[in-house]
Amino acid sequence: MPELTRLQELIYELEVREVMTPDPVTVTPDTSMAEFREILREHRISGAPVMEGDTLVGIISIEDLIKTLAEGQMNVTVGERMRRSPITVPEHKTLIQAVVSFQDHGFGRFPVVDHRGKLVGIITQGDIVKGLLKRLEVEYHEEEVRQYRASHVFEDISSDRTCITLHYHVNAQDFDRAGEASSRIKRVLNRLGAPPQIVRRLAIAAYEAEMNIIIHAHTTGEMVAEIMPDRVTLRADDAGPGIADIEQAMQPGFSTASEWVRELGFGAGMGLVNIKRCADEMTLESPPGGGTHLSVVIRIDPPWFSNNHNGSNQQRSSAG
Amino acid sequence: MKLEALVEQLGLEPLTAKDKLDVTVTGGYASDLLSCAMAKAQAGNIWVTVQSHPNIVAVASLLNLAAIVITENMTPDPATLEKGGQEGVPLLLTPDTTYVTVCKLYDQGVHGVD
Repeated sequence: MPELTRLQELIYELEVREVMTPDPVTVTPDTSMAEFREILREHRISGAPVMEGDTLVGIISIEDLIKTLAEGQMNVTVGERMRRSPITVPEHKTLIQAVVSFQDHGFGRFPVVDHRGKLVGIITQGDIVKGLLKRLEVEYHEEEVRQYRASHVFEDISSDRTCITLHYHVNAQDFDRAGEASSRIKRVLNRLGAPPQIVRRLAIAAYEAEMNIIIHAHTTGEMVAEIMPDRVTLRADDAGPGIADIEQAMQPGFSTASEWVRELGFGAGMGLVNIKRCADEMTLESPPGGGTHLSVVIRIDPPWFSNNHNGSNQQRSSAG
Repeated sequence: MKLEALVEQLGLEPLTAKDKLDVTVTGGYASDLLSCAMAKAQAGNIWVTVQSHPNIVAVASLLNLAAIVITENMTPDPATLEKGGQEGVPLLLTPDTTYVTVCKLYDQGVHGVD
């Protein structure tokens, strides 16, 4: 499947209501075409929904006005020239549906309605282009700049061995924030431009390690991710009761989680199994009374970015 | 299969991230154990579960799942809805059981991925 551009994605993400012109200028069926001409000029618009009270009864555009002008009948009313029962676009639909409507019907504008069919705005192809450009610009400033900067951090920093270390505190029993630390680690990896498979494996390992602290530790634990060009190391440490029999704990389905924790869907006895599956190296230590210490290594081969010491030189020689 | 079409065909009620329904569903997974979902559900899958607490959103978000179907009308609490909205994870509610939901999804061509 060809990769979607951000612009194509946005057409499927943005909703009509986000780009439409809200509270549009409207006319009534009694408005004369002469008055309509003035309204277009005054508001610099090219068409308007026709309303009878709260009800949308038609749509009238500059094309209708030109035809009327050509016929020299400017005293007729909008009601006589409008298109009745106009095709509308629901506000919560994505832009792609509006784009399809423009293609299918060839009109220049569509009234936008809410779920009750009440008029809430008007949309033109210009609104779509403007909305997309605006969103692209905003995202460019937010995420793309961040990602660009982040993905160059290893190249920009000169050292023999560069490592980004991320520390996260994880509170035992804090089920409301469960998964937050892993989500943040995942976001960092994405920003750094790590390969999707690496991100997935680290996200799973981090999530399970985080859950283990939350379910079992009784106190605050810590997760540390060390990101290097050729590997990510994840450490999870807590001062909880520890694991009596590590070999048993590694068996799929073995769990010491309490009943209520299991009712929430945790404590499946798959956590350590999942971590092991995602890790290239895994060590688990739990000395009596000394808490639990987990270390996971996920190797990145080939390294996803090159550090300054080796990589830039290589790049230069290959470019030259 | 588009998520939006599944929502319509199965009469699912979208509770969050209603702007994220225009995605292709790559397959399905069903379990109420989060670690099992973590191990087996693939990116773009639809996940069927009776769990409705906030952590299901974390799992779906970490795995880039297309959506979560919450069965038997286990209406999520506000914290779950808030998190679903923040993370852009569609939460879809149905009165059907997990078994019936999976059968219906299968009929629509959404199969398991292993």
